Amino acid sequence: MSVDVIMPQMGESIAEGTIVKWLKNVGDRVERDEPLFEISTDKVDAEIPSPSAGTLLEVLVTAGTTVEINTVVGRIGAAGEARDSAAKPAPAPAAPEQLAARPAASAPATAPASKSAPVPPAMTDTAAAVGERTIVRSSPVVQKIAAEKGVDVALVEGTGEGGRVTKKDILTYIESASRSSIASAPAPAPAAAPAYSAPAAATVTPAPAGSAPRPQVFAAGQDEVREPMSIMRKKIAEHMVMSKHTSPHVYTIFEVDMSEVMKRKDAMKREFEAEGVKLTFLPFFIEACIRGIKEYPIVNSSVDGDTIVYKRNVNVGIAVAIENGLIVPVIKGADQMNMLGLARTAANLAERARTKRLLPDDVQGGTFTITNVGVFGGLVGLPIINQPQAAILGIGTIVKRAVVIDDAIAIRPIVYLSLSYDHRIIDGAAAAHFLTVVKRELEKPAD
Amino acid sequence: MAVTTYIDAIKEAMWEEMEKDERVFILGEDVAAYGGAFKVTKGMLDKFGPMRVIDTPISESAIVGAAIGAALVGMRPIAEMQFIDFISCAFDQIVNFAAKCRYRWNAGVPIVVRGPCGGGVHGGPFHSQNPEAYFFNVPGLKIVCPSTAYDAKGLMKAAIRDPDPVLYFEHKYLYRRIKEDLPTEDFVVPIGKAALRREGSDLSIITYGAMVYKALEAAEELAKDGVDVEVLDLRTILPLDEEAILATAKKTSKVIVLHEATMTGGPGGEVVARIAQKAFEYLDGPIVRIAPPDTPVPYSPPLEEAFLPQTRDIVAAARKLAAY
Repeated sequence: MSVDVIMPQMGESIAEGTIVKWLKNVGDRVERDEPLFEISTDKVDAEIPSPSAGTLLEVLVTAGTTVEINTVVGRIGAAGEARDSAAKPAPAPAAPEQLAARPAASAPATAPASKSAPVPPAMTDTAAAVGERTIVRSSPVVQKIAAEKGVDVALVEGTGEGGRVTKKDILTYIESASRSSIASAPAPAPAAAPAYSAPAAATVTPAPAGSAPRPQVFAAGQDEVREPMSIMRKKIAEHMVMSKHTSPHVYTIFEVDMSEVMKRKDAMKREFEAEGVKLTFLPFFIEACIRGIKEYPIVNSSVDGDTIVYKRNVNVGIAVAIENGLIVPVIKGADQMNMLGLARTAANLAERARTKRLLPDDVQGGTFTITNVGVFGGLVGLPIINQPQAAILGIGTIVKRAVVIDDAIAIRPIVYLSLSYDHRIIDGAAAAHFLTVVKRELEKPAD
Repeated sequence: MAVTTYIDAIKEAMWEEMEKDERVFILGEDVAAYGGAFKVTKGMLDKFGPMRVIDTPISESAIVGAAIGAALVGMRPIAEMQFIDFISCAFDQIVNFAAKCRYRWNAGVPIVVRGPCGGGVHGGPFHSQNPEAYFFNVPGLKIVCPSTAYDAKGLMKAAIRDPDPVLYFEHKYLYRRIKEDLPTEDFVVPIGKAALRREGSDLSIITYGAMVYKALEAAEELAKDGVDVEVLDLRTILPLDEEAILATAKKTSKVIVLHEATMTGGPGGEVVARIAQKAFEYLDGPIVRIAPPDTPVPYSPPLEEAFLPQTRDIVAAARKLAAY
């Protein structure tokens, strides 16, 4: 008896998903809940656990292909079970020539293979699938570390003999990845993992582009390297162009003295530690923005045709850099939370973003976004609005500066806050009023 | 503290044990009147008399057989092989008798069979061998191969006090080349415990005897290339200190096993096998053996040099493994 492996539904609004990579080859033994393949949807990327234990008999949908939810993408049989379907004549293949002609790594969102007409195994197990399987030479210890840390060895540049990935290579890779906060923290498998959560941490995104922490390697005589964008990269690209196209962006920058926040933070730190939460500056900024939004609700609105839609709830998106991209999980009902709740929720979301354990709901419903351009050293950033929101706040790095206070020069920790806003509905005055409240809240004396 | 050579460390250990324990005595060819071919027992006849420092006929089988008999009636004999090469003449006494008495009758045979091993002194094929591998396969024996003066003394004392037969392989190349300050108080080096001679992170060399020094020289050389080498001195090869072997293998993930006994069937193979079986998932490269080729030890000095693992051989193998 074989068990069908299906493309899971990754959230209410999701109709299809793309198989990024099969983590098992046909014939491999797989345990129940062991990661079987990786998918990418509009909302999240995830590793999909195997629905049962057995042997992967067939891969019906190859990597790079987008299919509707509930499509059968593979079959798992009892260990030793023959690939019965392979022995049988292929059941009415749906336009095999079309499938064959399609290069495995391209073709987003194309005709899904339907349940009634699975791609015959002969199609999937040959050229395309085999061609995708990169053979990476490594060693037992590298495999072990890769499994423990959830690293795809194929992404590590090998400096050993014949391009072998050595222990040093993978340790360096992990270290540099964690330095640039793209790291994967090994995540314990939750006992009752939802179907779409990744039980093991995964940093794996295929076709790394742009921000990958490794130098691009050019072969001799090669002037350029062409690499298909990852699904996430494509989504980001589309969204950024769409946003700039939709909203005329205007920017206003305020300077804020962080002395009082620092005092408050120091005073509260211990109390937060007792709760197991590390207090950062972020909750202070969120809280200040919520005050600003309460006084200038236009900042928490969106445009629907000729209508301005004001939102009662303040759902604050937090941009989190992850490997080869970024994702914006949302703190829902941020205006209902105290500082502890904000800190806890933000830390939890950021951690799950980096370990690919976000749920589809985590990235939906944002009404305002904050992005920390300072985390990588930026003084000021001019972010692009996360549509359909109306504004996004960029936080620069906090730097001690000489400032003039009452005609005296003082040393103060200073941060630049930049607001990018949609000039269709927010004018410079409103933005400045909003930022004035944010500044006032941040600078209010600690008591 | 006093600076003591490796050879004097052996003598001191025997001397002190004989002073302390009248059951301990020495027998062998030319050990008494002549003081031993290498003068290990020089002066001991005068000190302890002919009943405890006994010259024997040229028969290793008789020497070990007599030692076993004495041990069975309560003595603690130390049998010297003038060159350890001749231990093969006593093979049957050691393997079929000394090693099996404990198992057969619960009769421990507390003998020490000691003698000079090793090459590098142009001794030719019958005076340069490292025959530990013959005995490595014999349950009931212990085999120690000290590399330092401290270990030479401490392991000899441990061997004399051990309730079962111990083969003590002393490397003649180290006799007068190796010296160090030794504590004046009594000490032993436990049998079965390896010693880390150098800590490193990139690669481990597991070795014993005179090769410890070649490994340390190679490590210095490799440090210039930025290869950080760990050197583990087994000190005892039977029983192996598996814990220490696996620890260093897991730490550095790349291992060279080095010895002066010839390659095929040498003790290194057992070390390799245990690492392969018990630390497989920690390995980042093949386990490399460095040992002399499967030939007798040549007499000709240039040939002997080519036969014995040299520092440059170790450096070359380590570079290759480090880059693997």
